[in-house]
Amino acid sequence: MVIGGGIAGIQAALDLAEMGIQVHMVERLPSIGGKMAQLDKTFPTNDCAI
Amino acid sequence: MADKIRIGVFVCDCGSNIAGYLDVKELAEYAKTLPNVVYVKENLYTCSESGINEIKDAIGKENLNRVVVASCTPRTHEPLFRGTCGEGGLNPYLFEMVNIRDQCSWVHMQERERGTDKAKDLIRMGVAKAALLEPQEPIQSQMNPNALVIGGGISGMTAALALANRGYETTLVEKSPQLGGLLLRLDKLAPSDMDAATFANQQAELVKKHPKIHLLTSAEVDAVAGYIGHFNVFARTADGEENFDVGVIVVATGAQVLQPTGMYGYDGKTVINQLELEERFKAGTFSAQNVVMIQCVGARNEERKYCSRICCMVAIKNAIAIKELSPSTGVRILYRDIQAYGMENEALFQKAKELGVLFIKYDPNHPPRVESDKVMVQHHLLGRELALPQDLVVLSTPLIAGEDNETISKLLRVTLDENKFFLEGHVKLKPLDFATDGIYLCGNAHYPATAREAISQALGAASRASIPLSKGVMTAEPIVSTLVDEDACRGCGLCVALCPYGALEIQHTEKGRKVKVIPVACKGCGVCAATCYQHALSINSYTDQQVTEQIKAFLRG
Repeated sequence: MVIGGGIAGIQAALDLAEMGIQVHMVERLPSIGGKMAQLDKTFPTNDCAI
Repeated sequence: MADKIRIGVFVCDCGSNIAGYLDVKELAEYAKTLPNVVYVKENLYTCSESGINEIKDAIGKENLNRVVVASCTPRTHEPLFRGTCGEGGLNPYLFEMVNIRDQCSWVHMQERERGTDKAKDLIRMGVAKAALLEPQEPIQSQMNPNALVIGGGISGMTAALALANRGYETTLVEKSPQLGGLLLRLDKLAPSDMDAATFANQQAELVKKHPKIHLLTSAEVDAVAGYIGHFNVFARTADGEENFDVGVIVVATGAQVLQPTGMYGYDGKTVINQLELEERFKAGTFSAQNVVMIQCVGARNEERKYCSRICCMVAIKNAIAIKELSPSTGVRILYRDIQAYGMENEALFQKAKELGVLFIKYDPNHPPRVESDKVMVQHHLLGRELALPQDLVVLSTPLIAGEDNETISKLLRVTLDENKFFLEGHVKLKPLDFATDGIYLCGNAHYPATAREAISQALGAASRASIPLSKGVMTAEPIVSTLVDEDACRGCGLCVALCPYGALEIQHTEKGRKVKVIPVACKGCGVCAATCYQHALSINSYTDQQVTEQIKAFLRG
């Protein structure tokens, strides 16, 4: 189980799932993405944060 | 192609990233006029859940058999949209991406009309290519379940232990006779006060005892061939050469401390570097009444533009150690900026000040001058030069790239940055992976790190490396080179010599010398296809015909 669906939780869940493990993600808010989803661009590559 | 081509075009606003600078409505209208386009949709964010659902719905409802998304960069978003096509019931490779953000809205922010015209050109080209796309199937191959870790410092030992504890046979290759790396030469590890060498030796014992770790010391990697899942490694040891196969490789080769020869009168006796200071602590030979430390020596200058990041904390840690060892000793730290991020580092910074360590900012344009018994420094607030007494000067020098980095980067075909540190695949999406699949990095090999950070990275790299190992089978992108015309191939070997990934080899067949593609190793760069004067090789989804049609479409504009 991964608690928290921000960027750290998402990456942990994805890596575990890639290893073939069934993952339950629990996020308090209606949508995942956390702080990162609220940002515009991320330094230094200017990739769109969402 | 039997079925009639039905292309759906999705144009993304990317909030205001694209729509703020290009006329997206006009682009959508324009797309409707292009050949084979039966459906066009403008999305606020094509990559959002609603955007994704609109693509999936349209594939079904509009019976689309090709999808074009005009949005941002395929580097970050192509896998997502391919997956969307797959979920919508379309082969994921019947998808084409057009980058109207990086190539239009970002670079032509001041030229709305011309930027929009350029985006039209790109969309027209994307649509022309999409019509010719063929379905592709991912390539699968068996994984060798073993791992290689290069470097036996704290990063390498941690990565090897993590991999071995997961059950993967791991070979650890260390150049020197002893495991431990830089930690063997340090005194205490901040903020824990743990003895660095004791800690390194504890880990070294675990490595030596681990039944799944094959340890090679006084050894160097000589040659590496192959690709993810199938690396063949030659390692040179004192007893000769070892040859073995692994599926993944972790690079943990560390870094070296810059020796400040010729700077501030460095002599290794009364003007030393932080590492030599720690060696004196360890040996119990430290003695001084007035210590002056100078930060950023040989760093953040024209030659080395980067900040080594850890030296501020090293200086603060050692200043506290001096004060605890000899409270009457004066310690002055001449700095440009202090990096003391996080709670513990900030607490140590405060503690150093409370213990009486003085922090004096200097201007790199007027650097301090070291004289026989004092250091002269221009105080930026007082506006005059101060004379600081000293009987020991300690220079904080950066970590610089390991001397073998260039050799290793060539062996593994991975990239170095401008300072010759190893370069990760992507700062955020792949911080512990190289761009080359199956090779990972951690610790000082990447960039100066504290022991704690190096350990986190090593655990992360081992975890990333476990993903393909745990699958047993690896899946690779099918956009690779294909021998489309075997008869045309004359076996000249030009492509083999030029392939940067070792993905081509010459085989002796009944028809004579012919090239063979190793699809899992191929990255689809296209060098071979561009080189082959016989047009025997072609890249899936980038065939001559597809590219020619794109060019023709451009010229029609």
